[in-house]
Parts: sequence; C-alpha cells; structure tokens
Amino acid sequence: MMETLSTSVLSTHGLVARYGDFQALYGVDVTVNEGEAVALIGANGAGKSTFLRAIMGLLPVAPDMVRLGGQPIGGTPTDRMVQKGVAIVPEGRRLFSGMSVEDNLRVAVDQAERLGRKGGWSLSRLHQLFPILKEKARTPVQSLSGGQQQMVSIGRALLCQPKVLLCDEISLGLAPKVIREIYAALPEIRGQGTAVVLVEQDVGLAQSATDRLYCMLEGRVTLSGRSGEVTREQIGAAYFGGSHAVV
Amino acid sequence: MQWFDALVQGVLLGGMYAQYALGMALMFGVMRIVNVSHGDLVILLSLIGISLATSFGLGPFWVMAALVPLAVAMGWILQKVILNRVVGDDPLPSLIATFGLSLALQNLMLQIWSANSRSLPGGGIESRSVEVAGIYVGLLPVIVLVFATALTLCLDLMLKRTRFGRALRAAAADVEAAAMTGINPRAVYASATAIAVGILGFAAVFQSLRSTVAPADGGAQLVYAFEAVIIGGMGSVWGAFIGSMVLGISQAIGFRIDPGFGVLAGHLVFLLVLATRPQGLFGKS
Repeated sequence: MMETLSTSVLSTHGLVARYGDFQALYGVDVTVNEGEAVALIGANGAGKSTFLRAIMGLLPVAPDMVRLGGQPIGGTPTDRMVQKGVAIVPEGRRLFSGMSVEDNLRVAVDQAERLGRKGGWSLSRLHQLFPILKEKARTPVQSLSGGQQQMVSIGRALLCQPKVLLCDEISLGLAPKVIREIYAALPEIRGQGTAVVLVEQDVGLAQSATDRLYCMLEGRVTLSGRSGEVTREQIGAAYFGGSHAVV
Repeated sequence: MQWFDALVQGVLLGGMYAQYALGMALMFGVMRIVNVSHGDLVILLSLIGISLATSFGLGPFWVMAALVPLAVAMGWILQKVILNRVVGDDPLPSLIATFGLSLALQNLMLQIWSANSRSLPGGGIESRSVEVAGIYVGLLPVIVLVFATALTLCLDLMLKRTRFGRALRAAAADVEAAAMTGINPRAVYASATAIAVGILGFAAVFQSLRSTVAPADGGAQLVYAFEAVIIGGMGSVWGAFIGSMVLGISQAIGFRIDPGFGVLAGHLVFLLVLATRPQGLFGKS
C-alpha cells in the first residue's frame, strides 16, 4: 500500500483534529497522487468532512500533519490553501446567496487572477462542462435547483485552478439522474491533471468513480486499497468496525 | 408652495443624511457589523477638521482633502485592531466593542476640545443661496446632495462591478465559503471599513459647515444613519440613499407642522416602515 513519495501531491501524516475538547481525528494518514481520484467513505460522524476541513485550514492542525507536494502546510489559512492549489466543494454547497450564478463564479476567477493561479479552467470551458450555467448566468443562485447549485459550487472550485479538488458529498440530496450528470464531469476534471478527493456516502458510486479509496471510522482510517479490488466484506467490516458483525 | 418647499428642503437634508448612511449601509447592511461609534467618528473627524482649519487657515476643500485620507486610515485601523477580532455571525460582539469605543471617543473629544460647539468656517459658502421658482435653495445643501449622489453611485458601482465589490459581497454572504474561494476576508473587511469611514470624511466637512458640532452630538448621526439604512433596506446602497431622503422629507414636513415635531416625525416614519415593511423599501424579504 506504500505509495512513492515523489508522485504524492497531497498527504496527511498522523493528522489529528479536534473541536474544542472533542477529538474528531486520531492520526489519519492519507496520500493522494498527482491526477489521482481518491474516495473517502465512512458512516456519518466518521470524520470525513472534518478531514477535509482540517486540510483546508479551517481547523487548527500542526504544519507537518498536512503536506502539499512534500511541503508542510498544515494550518495554513484557508485563502492561502487556495493560493497553493487546493480547492474545496464544501458540504451544503455554500454558494454566495443573493449573487447571480455568474457573479458566484467570477469571484473565483477574480481571486485566481489575484493569487496568480493559472490553469485550464475558464468560464467558457465551464459552460461546456455544465451548459446550464451559461443559460442561468443571471439567475440568483438561491433560485437554482439543488443539482444546478452543485454545478455552480463545483465550477467555483474549479475556477480556483486547483491541483487538488476536495469534494464533500456532492451527491447528497440529489436525484440519481443529476448525480450521474455531475459524476460524468469527473473524467474531464481529471483530464486537467487535477487530483480529486471525493467524500461520498454512496459506496458503489465512490468505488466506480475513483482509483483508490479510504474508509474511515470514528476518526481513523480502517481500510485503504484500490477501489476496484476491495471487497464488499472488507468495506463492511471497515465501515462498521471489527466488533460489529456484518450480515 | 410651503409644502413643496418642505419637500425640497427635505431632499436636501436627506443628502446630508445619505452621507452618514452610506458607510452604515456598507458596514451594517452588507457586512452585518454594528458600528455604534459611527456618529462619534463623524464628530471626531469634524473636530479634527475644525482644528486644522483654525490652526493652518485651511479652506473647506483642503480640510476635505486632509480628512478623507485620515478617515480611510482610521477605518482601516478600526477594522484591523478591533472589528476583525469580533467579526462573525453574531452581531453582538461588534456592537459591544464599538459601544465601548463610542464612550471612549466621546470622552477623548471632551478632553481635547471641551463641550463647546464649534463649526467650520466656510468662507461664505455656507450662507449663499439661490432663488429658484420662488424657493430659496442653499448652495451648500445642493453641493451636499450632489456629493451624496456621486458617492452613492460610486459605491454602488464598486459593489456590483469590481473585483473588490464581488469579494466583499461574497464574504458578507458566507465568510468561510469566501475564504474557500481564495478571498482573505479580513483584508477585504479592512478595506470595506476604510471606505465606509472614509465617506464619513466627506460627511464631517459638510456637517461642520452647515451646523455646529460638539463631542456629544454623535448619537443623533448614528440614529439617522441606522434609520436610513433600515428604511431603505439592508444591503442596498441606493436603498440607504432613498431611506435618507424619506427621513429628510419626513423631518422637513414635521418641522413645517411644528418646529418641535420635526425629528420626532422622522422617527415615526421609521417606526411605520419597521412595522409595515420590516425588510425596508428596497429590501428583499
């Protein structure tokens, strides 16, 4: 399971995070290689979202616990993480309410320019990926459907020109058809050389969309392996814990 | 004719109120930061301006040229030193911090300038007027209204069309999501407060030209600014401008009914709007 260090773009090393007195992560080691898609699965409360928030500098962590291209960057302020090439599609989409679709996306274009981040994503490229965003450019984001809002949120993260894209439950609450539409964009995103970390509740979807997966339970990694090779039994045991019988 | 005159005077008075209200529209309406020291900053800037004018013999234009950059610097420091520490979803910490600042500023001003009322010598501009269709219109109030309109226009365009404006609206909508998009919310807020207080640099010059100022006068300015923003609707710059006009007109008509009723009439209209349309005239429910 050892990955060579030279190709790792993002890695965590004994990542520990807490909310006040409550410890949410107990030494998580995850490696994401260049251009790779990695899934993070696990039950509610396993620490998946906390893991992404800790990487993004939204929780206090020690510098050595998170490395980007080998450099220690743990605890870097969130806006600086974006500057370094990590973007997130946050849980609940978190669009800028009251602003149009175009303005939501332009905020990301503006900041990428300001931070000097260059990459393959532009508004027109994004409109090819999700044509509805062009049609709805002037619509306030709060009047979009859930799937359309998710597309804006993904688009906003892509326009930050990330090397690593963190996606937190992008299928949550969406119709199967919409989920397929959104997941269909993944190959194109990875085609840019962008590595993708997918936090996903749907294990089957996670397995089919990624190269490798990690399963988390109670703040620890309980399983890791190639997405196509891990068995349902292995996942079941890792998902619910060794002491829980999986029928 | 008397009522038309009241209307015109009310609009002109609204121009003055708009200059207090614009900064409030930006801080309270957009950023949701309650700055209780808003009025005291106007008074502080006015007193500094008057001292500059009397010590160095500066005319109003030069006082303005000195005060606006000073106000910008004060706003930036205010955000960096105090408000960035208390910024968040809860408006209470900013309210308490600036309430403390307000008390400290008032006492500081009393210590430096005493409780006397002062005004800025305008070289005659403050008393000049022109007669238009039987109504005397003061030249200074017209200049105030022109400045207020221009400032509103610039602020509105800045919010809608510039990179900074989009970043500010994004940070105001969701600070954390803004940071996830590469915005440094603290830097954006510091610039926004610098602009909000910077506008008070203009207001201070006009306020001290058209009437007198004393250290304890800030409260009224704060209340008018709040009322104008709430009448107009949170988050709308032109709303705050129109809200100022509504407040000015209400007061001017109130003054015509009874000289003691003017300020109260403004408050009553404010309460009426709050009761019947709490989101304000231009606010979205």
